[in-house]
Amino acid sequence: MIAFDWLTLLIVIAGVIAVVMPTVGYLTLAERKVSAWVQDRLGPNRVGPFGLLQPLADGGKFFLKEAPIPRHVDKIFFLLAPAVSMAIALVALAVVPWGGTQPPPDPVATQGVEPAAVVQQYADTQGGYAKSFNGVIVPGLDVGVLVVFALGSLAVYGVILGGWSSDNKYSLLGSLRSSAQIISYEIPLGMSVVGVLLFSGTLNLEGIIQWQKQHGWFVLFQPLAFLLFMVSVYAECNRLPFDLPEAEQELVGGYLTEYGSLNFGMFMLGEYTHMITTSLLMTVVFWGGWSLFGLEDRVTDPIWGAVVKCLILVTKTGFFLFLYLLVRWTIPRFRFDQLMGLAWKVMIPLSLLHLLAVMLVRQYSLSNWVLTAISVGLFLAAGVYAVAFGTGPNNAPRRRVISSPSPPVGEGLGVRGS
Amino acid sequence: MPIADKDVTWVDSPKLGLFEQLYLPLIIGGLTTTLSHMVGKKRTESYPEQEPTMPANYRGVHRLNRDENGRTKCVACYMCATACPAHCIDIVAAPAPEGWKDREKYPETFVIDELRCIYCGMCEEACPVDAIELTTLYDLTGLSREQMIFDKEKLLSVFDQTTKAGTDPVRTRAGDLGPASEAPPRT
Ligand code: SF4
Ligand code: SF4
Repeated sequence: MIAFDWLTLLIVIAGVIAVVMPTVGYLTLAERKVSAWVQDRLGPNRVGPFGLLQPLADGGKFFLKEAPIPRHVDKIFFLLAPAVSMAIALVALAVVPWGGTQPPPDPVATQGVEPAAVVQQYADTQGGYAKSFNGVIVPGLDVGVLVVFALGSLAVYGVILGGWSSDNKYSLLGSLRSSAQIISYEIPLGMSVVGVLLFSGTLNLEGIIQWQKQHGWFVLFQPLAFLLFMVSVYAECNRLPFDLPEAEQELVGGYLTEYGSLNFGMFMLGEYTHMITTSLLMTVVFWGGWSLFGLEDRVTDPIWGAVVKCLILVTKTGFFLFLYLLVRWTIPRFRFDQLMGLAWKVMIPLSLLHLLAVMLVRQYSLSNWVLTAISVGLFLAAGVYAVAFGTGPNNAPRRRVISSPSPPVGEGLGVRGS
Repeated sequence: MPIADKDVTWVDSPKLGLFEQLYLPLIIGGLTTTLSHMVGKKRTESYPEQEPTMPANYRGVHRLNRDENGRTKCVACYMCATACPAHCIDIVAAPAPEGWKDREKYPETFVIDELRCIYCGMCEEACPVDAIELTTLYDLTGLSREQMIFDKEKLLSVFDQTTKAGTDPVRTRAGDLGPASEAPPRT
């Protein structure tokens, strides 16, 4: 157990929360701005210069509005659901690095060494590590990736609780969809990361960054894994084109139907925090975290170095957040069977094949670039397969289409062949 | 006429090629489109600061036109009130004053309830002397219902206002319609 300074920890937590909460606010503003710009509009521009105070106004509104609780809902769970959703999203944030980090020291060897020396050596390395500054709330968590995934799938509990306790068929349908969707997309999500773990040899996120710093970013070697990861993460976050649990046009808001004011705000907060977490995760796992081709090491001053690393990471994350927003206004929503088809027929087989390729490359110690070629090859092969054996877009009518014989001319209204 | 079988063409959805089946190129194409719109020219009119230019045939607040002597052109024929589907025009006719040689009657009062009006423009169509017109004034507000009931003076002042501003040239077909429909004064 590494002893960390409680005061520093508290300051870091306060700092992260203080940064993330406004970021969530401004993410909602960015969402509205991006949507407006994409549609050739100006977007919110009335509150403050360029509408920059809009999140404050929105937040204030959330607090001041009446929180309606319909009479038919299960009150305890109804109120618990948004809290669960938000709390889990915030907890997941604790393990994702947001600045410069270093991996925790390896365990010390005990073979053939004096026990006292081992203890001393252990205390030294751990003590040194505890003193070093790490840009993450919980440094040195050896199950890092697993914790993020576990918490990410826990987030669906908020959705299911909300939908079920609302006692409303739209809400229930939304949460059912959500659970089916998240179960399906957890698989390619986890599988795409296993390839990374086989290379880095650690679940620790700082360790993964360290590996990438030495060998190159994972996105170069496993572009297919990154693609699968990104798509799954979009589905996990209920973002378009996978926002079926909310689907305003079909389900009038899905599990959010009965929620208003601050309860709704907490759901939204959870959702946007989840977006931030996953963007950080994509950056850390596939895009080298705070590393930028060694440029970050040019800054030798420790404080400025930390700032630069943090900036690099935040910039990369910002790009992914922007992509989230842009994709939302580009790609229309899937139909539910298409959504399931994509997960089970395309992404899971692809991620399995990719995992197999990673194992082969590891086993025979081939060059990492072989894996890149395999990734591209698999991607193209999937396309070729779809062209050769696929049934095309799954839009065919479900019933047999027949044309009814037309009546002789002049016999009242004709019936159209349908 | 029923549609014969031979006239029906069955269209199958086009088969996707490799390019489409790979998804990504098309998604990137879509992202490029949205990105180009993001940086492109915006079409929003920032309303209170930036007044829209209304098309000339916009149907806004009514006005009662004046002839070149400044008198109301209306001859109190009740055509507009009859045509009005919302029954919001209320006219009291009176014999024309001495010296108004070209007509027998004139409206003593002419009241339009702008709240009941549906701005259909029927009154304008019906008027034989082009005395009533709908202008391009769109931002009609009032603090009470009473304020929104426009009497003759108010309607004439709308004429003065809009002709002075030059936003609404009188659309009359002067002289075509009858002795009372002369061209209005140019101000
Ligand atoms: S615009 Fe239509 S509703 Fe309004 S006064 Fe004229 S005829 Fe009546
Ligand atoms: S405004 Fe025209 S239609 Fe209406 S009463 Fe006067 S002259 Fe007749």
